Amino acid sequence: MAEEGKDEKGLEAHDPSHEDAQRTGEAVAVRHGMFGVRGTGDTSGYGGLVRTVQMPGAARAPYGPGAGPGWFDEVAGALDSAGRAAGVEQPVQYVVVHRGEITFHVRREDVAALARVLRDDEGLRFEVLSSLSGVHYPDETGAELHVAYHLLSMTHNRRIRLEVTCPDADPHVPSVAATYPTADWHERETWDFFGIVFDGHPGLTRIEMPDDWPGHPQRKDYPLGGIPVEYKGATVPPPDERRSYS
Amino acid sequence: MTDTTTDPYAAAESSTTEGRVYTVTGQDWDSLVTGVAESDDNKVVVNMGPQHPSTHGVLRLILELEGETVTEARCGIGYLHTGIEKNMEFRSWTQGVTFCTRMDYLAPFHNEATYVFGVERLLDIEDDIPEKARLIRVMMLELNRISSHLVAIATGGMELGALTVMTIGFRERELVLDLFETITGLRMNHAYIRPGGVAQDLPQGALEDVREFSKLMRKRLPEYAALCNANPIFRARLEGVGHLDLAGCLALGLTGPVLRSTGYAWDLRRTQPYAGYEEFDFDVCTWDTADSYGRFRVRLDEMWESLRIVDQCVERLAGMEGEPVMVADKKIAWPSQLSIGSDGQGNSLDHIRHIMGESMEALIHHFKLVTEGFRVPPGQAYVPIESPRGELGAHVVSDGGTRPFRVHFRDPSFVNLQATSVMAEGGQVADVIVAIASIDPVMGGVDR
Repeated sequence: MAEEGKDEKGLEAHDPSHEDAQRTGEAVAVRHGMFGVRGTGDTSGYGGLVRTVQMPGAARAPYGPGAGPGWFDEVAGALDSAGRAAGVEQPVQYVVVHRGEITFHVRREDVAALARVLRDDEGLRFEVLSSLSGVHYPDETGAELHVAYHLLSMTHNRRIRLEVTCPDADPHVPSVAATYPTADWHERETWDFFGIVFDGHPGLTRIEMPDDWPGHPQRKDYPLGGIPVEYKGATVPPPDERRSYS
Repeated sequence: MTDTTTDPYAAAESSTTEGRVYTVTGQDWDSLVTGVAESDDNKVVVNMGPQHPSTHGVLRLILELEGETVTEARCGIGYLHTGIEKNMEFRSWTQGVTFCTRMDYLAPFHNEATYVFGVERLLDIEDDIPEKARLIRVMMLELNRISSHLVAIATGGMELGALTVMTIGFRERELVLDLFETITGLRMNHAYIRPGGVAQDLPQGALEDVREFSKLMRKRLPEYAALCNANPIFRARLEGVGHLDLAGCLALGLTGPVLRSTGYAWDLRRTQPYAGYEEFDFDVCTWDTADSYGRFRVRLDEMWESLRIVDQCVERLAGMEGEPVMVADKKIAWPSQLSIGSDGQGNSLDHIRHIMGESMEALIHHFKLVTEGFRVPPGQAYVPIESPRGELGAHVVSDGGTRPFRVHFRDPSFVNLQATSVMAEGGQVADVIVAIASIDPVMGGVDR
């Protein structure tokens, strides 16, 4: 769908070494029109409007926080050097700084090694994995499924986010449960809701849904469900069939 | 009548490949005891829950026992999964509050707050929230912390057989719920903290009620201390039970009173302040025993600190009558104010007059915001807060639309419950209950 955005999204463009790379983010969707009306019913005059939805783009050093170099740069530097020392060729693919939060996009095959580095390196010391969850971007071809790791360093009082992607056709991400035992249930939940397989997890089974449940409910292609409700002669459609203004 | 009717609740036993299975339903203990006595296997697997009064809702525990000793303990969750996160993707950003308030039903304001903080960060209006709205939020969050800790202590006491602790705990909680009802209109599921501010201003006399409550609580809280703190039975049941040290807490991601009972003063209100907590004078409570007793004492002490914060809020709010409680940006602020009319609660007549007779723009904003909602710029945010049970955070993702693209709640009950095995294994069956009570899980939050 999002061909135009896709061209800009290539990983090379996000390489921090390309200092002048354009600051564009991943295109996650394309919107048409304005008021959620499709086809000939749209008399608003906005029917021809086409907008690409882009996530915040890659940042260039210094990352901050604020204008100058700050602890974001310290963490980025430490992660890069410690990651390389641990045998990861290019630890950080690109960095996004948005609304005062920093996100490191890393390759999925590196995530287990980097988790160990993030926990154990003296300059990083992210002792706690606060949260781990999935996001499904159906329009992002080749990287439909994302996993976001929210890490907390109590030593340095810092928070970062780690993000990896995997294609829908090959939904495998290495487990970080060996480094962060708390990831056990989080990864089971992400498997349950998104169908992402965490390789190396000690027992990846469903956790919220019944064991024999078909499908993975938090995916965008999984319907919400519901029935139309009749009230005083009018029929109210279920929430996922009502007009969406997005 | 005839023998064709079968009683589904009757005691039963059957053979499986895993061994004999007994279904115990009451008054049939003898059949189990004789059955086990005859068997040469000392290992018994007990399935406790999901419907069991001591498991704080629908939590299922699978315990492997050797005599009275628990050798393995596992949790089964998911019995209260209601798809709140999925539902939120099909409603506007403001309507999302109505859903997430129902997750951890003992701390509804905290659920609302962490979600709303995330939305406000994406909207980049964090600095534009009126001071009055900020103070009301802090006041409600702290009152909520008191009511939640009261339930934790009350149910925890009940599970030990300390029924007085239960009755006085719920007695005081009722007072907090009355305050919630006065201020938000509802005892639970308030949907009061909204993106941009709070749903409505404080009603007349609310601050006076809060002041009265605070005064009363200062008399009542010592009762808990007098009943429990030095009570030898209470201490014997709690001390050394559910032990989990700091390293264990960090590895398993435990936060809140469980973490602070190890002596580590980690409280997000102090370490990573939000909503202006840095302006308040309070202490972070810790204990150094890393056991259930320590967690009880931490909760007890935290209620005192919450009262201090509530008092400071009331003092500052007293001089702010008539100030706005919603962000000034008309493209975000929910337009209407509710008021009580002759036929019940509804839109205030002043507002109706304004949009119908005075301002075309106001009518447009009202219409657009109520039907369509506002758009939130693309991006993701995670603003964790210190809920009564620990770090509660919402990972809010927007694709620039009028609905959340994805919201995931990091619920502290969900994470903390993972420690069940570590806390319970090697101990007695009776101590499993104490250990879980000391985590204080709320299944609405665990399963969402």
